[in-house]
Amino acid sequence: MVSSSSGASSRPSARAGVEVRLEDLKRRYAGVTALDGLSLTLAPGELVALLGPSGCGKTTALRLVAGLEETDGGRVVFGGEDVTNVPANKREIGMVFQAYSLFPHMTAMQNVAFGMQLHRVGVAERRKRASDMLELVGLSPHAHKYAHQLSGGQQQRVALARALAIKPKVLLLDEPLSALDAKVRARLRDEIRRVQLEVGTTTLFVTHDQEEALAIADRVGVMQSGRLEQLGPPMTVYSRPATPFVASFVGLTNRLNGVVRDGAVEVRGTRLPLVQTDATNGPAVALVRPEAVTLAGEGDSTPGPLNGTVIATAFLGATSRVTVDLGDVTVLAQLATSDAAAHPAGTRVRLALRPDPVLIERDEAAPDHG
Amino acid sequence: MAAVLVLAIIAGIAYTMATAPNLRWEAVGHFLFQRLILQGIVITLELTALAMLIGIVLGAIVAVMRLSPNPVVSSVSWCYIWFFRGTPVLVQIFFWYNLATVLPYVGLGIPFTPIHWQAPTNSLIAPFMAATLGLGLNEAAYMAEIVRAGIISVEHGQTEAAQALGMTRLLVMRRIVLPQAMRVIIPPTGNETISMLKTSSLAFVASVPELFTRSQQIASANYDVIELAIVASIWYLAMTSILTVGQYYLERYFGRGSLRELPPTPLQRFRRMLLTFHAPPPMPPDVAPPGPAVPGSEHR
Ligand SMILES: Nc1ncnc2c1ncn2[C@@H]1O[C@H](COP(=O)(O)OP(=O)(O)OP(=O)(O)O)[C@@H](O)[C@H]1O
Ligand SMILES: [Mg+2]
Repeated sequence: MVSSSSGASSRPSARAGVEVRLEDLKRRYAGVTALDGLSLTLAPGELVALLGPSGCGKTTALRLVAGLEETDGGRVVFGGEDVTNVPANKREIGMVFQAYSLFPHMTAMQNVAFGMQLHRVGVAERRKRASDMLELVGLSPHAHKYAHQLSGGQQQRVALARALAIKPKVLLLDEPLSALDAKVRARLRDEIRRVQLEVGTTTLFVTHDQEEALAIADRVGVMQSGRLEQLGPPMTVYSRPATPFVASFVGLTNRLNGVVRDGAVEVRGTRLPLVQTDATNGPAVALVRPEAVTLAGEGDSTPGPLNGTVIATAFLGATSRVTVDLGDVTVLAQLATSDAAAHPAGTRVRLALRPDPVLIERDEAAPDHG
Repeated sequence: MAAVLVLAIIAGIAYTMATAPNLRWEAVGHFLFQRLILQGIVITLELTALAMLIGIVLGAIVAVMRLSPNPVVSSVSWCYIWFFRGTPVLVQIFFWYNLATVLPYVGLGIPFTPIHWQAPTNSLIAPFMAATLGLGLNEAAYMAEIVRAGIISVEHGQTEAAQALGMTRLLVMRRIVLPQAMRVIIPPTGNETISMLKTSSLAFVASVPELFTRSQQIASANYDVIELAIVASIWYLAMTSILTVGQYYLERYFGRGSLRELPPTPLQRFRRMLLTFHAPPPMPPDVAPPGPAVPGSEHR
């Protein structure tokens, strides 16, 4: 099977996955275009996270792959076989719904065991696997409760156990961890990844949480208005955003006014190379990551394009995010914590911009800093 | 005060009835356990059970057909409901009972083959059969609407979740949708059963010897018309009372999973009340009484 996409080669070896291809998927609802030609290929056993703002069509994409919704155009292909017209129950998928959708007339245990019943698994094996799955999601003590007797987060974990228990060919997760606290969330996130790697299930993981997406995905797809803006390994999406939208949606960015001249953008006296090498000369907004803003030295009261006053510091661990007032704009700089500690709020600093390639934006309506 | 007035009126009516000069209460007592009456009860129960069975099974089928995406199937179902709900049951029973007069034989056969089977209508549609068909087919139309309401009350996400687990349409209906629809279906079905128990007295027109027919047959011989009507009423009341209790527990059973905790049954409430009476008098009213009869005993 050939994967048309880059970055998939870094994926660990998989056993049982199939290739999943979404080809130019379109879906319209009365008046709304939910999907506007989405194309995406998941290599066998790959985990792709779909990231995007609310309403951009992530759930719709999952539902089309699951077969719960009809397409208005395009194809869904599992392992070379066109399944566009195959009903959901024949697609061998596992799905966790955004709304959990547990069966309320069954206990947690019955919910998890139920799917396996159809997959011709023996009673003893079924019970064992169901309790293993509940154990995995940390719900063994609640196995005999009905859905309505479980908290939202517990219900979500049962839904996850139910989807994993049937060992599906393709796993579709719609914000499967949204109702959980940070600690359980991080643990289950890693468990999903572990089980997924072990079984080699090709997985499409929808999330709002970019940290989650960047942490467990082989590749991250950023969506906007029913289209894929960028698809690539987490590192690439973060450090080489393909479009201004991706740059501002994933991670933090400084939006600084500058002027494009001869294939580079001049921002506050510094020439930065461009990502969009074909940009024409003229004013533009450069998107600069906080990591690309460095400490150049002690500031003095002399005005300079990158001299300013520290107004706030957020400690993140080894690094700290420092907000600096440059007079006309404030910028975020990610500095080593020791450097940040040496410059508490109120002190003057001189900053510099690392000459990484930057994206520029030329939207008249855009504000000039953020 | 209103309560006192109401009670006074009821007492007045009861007194008038009890002392009515021509009402022979001893006759009521005498016929209450008469063999013919008891046989009538058995037939009434059989008629009710069979008619409800036809009504529920056929009603469920008609309801599922009604929700079919196929327009032909759903139209057939619509017509069925339209016809059987639009004509009186009495007329329907009458129709089946007298079918033999226009259609002396009914037969089944496979066209272009010698395989053919035929029987006289009269022997096939005996009075009991006519009444059962009349009541059952009519009931199916009502049950279809009840079942349909139950099915559409189940959130669509349930069907989708079940389909995603690989279940076929039929299995989704049987294992996921119908069990949840029960919560909505059971209460009106209980009503229908209670109603059917009484409606079965219409089998009178087909000369089925059920409770009411029997009581009237006796009355026509001894002229104790009111007394025998009272006998029949007492039995109908007794039977509907039992059904009411049965319905309560059935609803409870299908209600599981929809409430965080089931409410106590009347029996549990009664036992709790007894415990409260035995408890020492100074007790804050909002403190739950102690003892083994409080929750926990609900989850078997
Ligand atoms: N059944 C429907 N009828 C009409 N519009 C719909 C329907 N389902 C979705 N939409 C619209 O399609 C768009 C995409 O919806 P979708 O549920 O895919 O968003 P999403 O990316 O999953 O958002 P969120 O992150 O909030 O879950 C939205 O504008 C939504 O209002
Ligand atoms: Mg969604």
